[in-house]
Amino acid sequence: MNETIIIIYLSLIVGGILLSLIRMFLGPTAADRAVAVDTITTTIVALLVILAFVFDRYIYLDASLVYSLLSFVGLCAIARFMEGGF
Amino acid sequence: MELVGVIITGIGALFLFLGNFGILRLPDVYNRIQAGTKCTTFGTFFTTIGIGIIQPEWFWKCLLIAIFVLVTNPISSHAIARAAKKSGVSLCDRSVVDQTKEFEEKEEA
Repeated sequence: MNETIIIIYLSLIVGGILLSLIRMFLGPTAADRAVAVDTITTTIVALLVILAFVFDRYIYLDASLVYSLLSFVGLCAIARFMEGGF
Repeated sequence: MELVGVIITGIGALFLFLGNFGILRLPDVYNRIQAGTKCTTFGTFFTTIGIGIIQPEWFWKCLLIAIFVLVTNPISSHAIARAAKKSGVSLCDRSVVDQTKEFEEKEEA
């Protein structure tokens, strides 16, 4: 896997994150922003796995696993709050 | 074997970009949930499996991450869709059918 391919993949993923950030700032309702945050966190999990390969650090995979777990719990809390729960 | 991993990772990265593009482009919340969840689940699964194929010592940890995302991502998006429906977010103007409204009218009658 040479450098050009890695740069292409990383720019695709980071460009996608920037598009979702635009939606997170524009979004008319709170649900739009929550969906944008959900998409950004799922994308960052994949980005961390690719960065683990690029820098050759095994510990980034553990960071990616913990990140996906925390994003799941946080989004369930946001959803309960938007329903008017708690 | 490395070429297979590079191609699979590329498919995943392309799908991640398309999912995030759909978040920006589509008209209302429910369409955005569909684009964001389907494309990013597929993309994260393929990117992670592709890295696991390129680097075979990491395969089982990568498979664990992929299966975890595959299980939890639909649950969180379903919770957000239910919260959006209960907090009164309406569909967009071009929507054709709203089956929850028909169901509630049938319940009241």
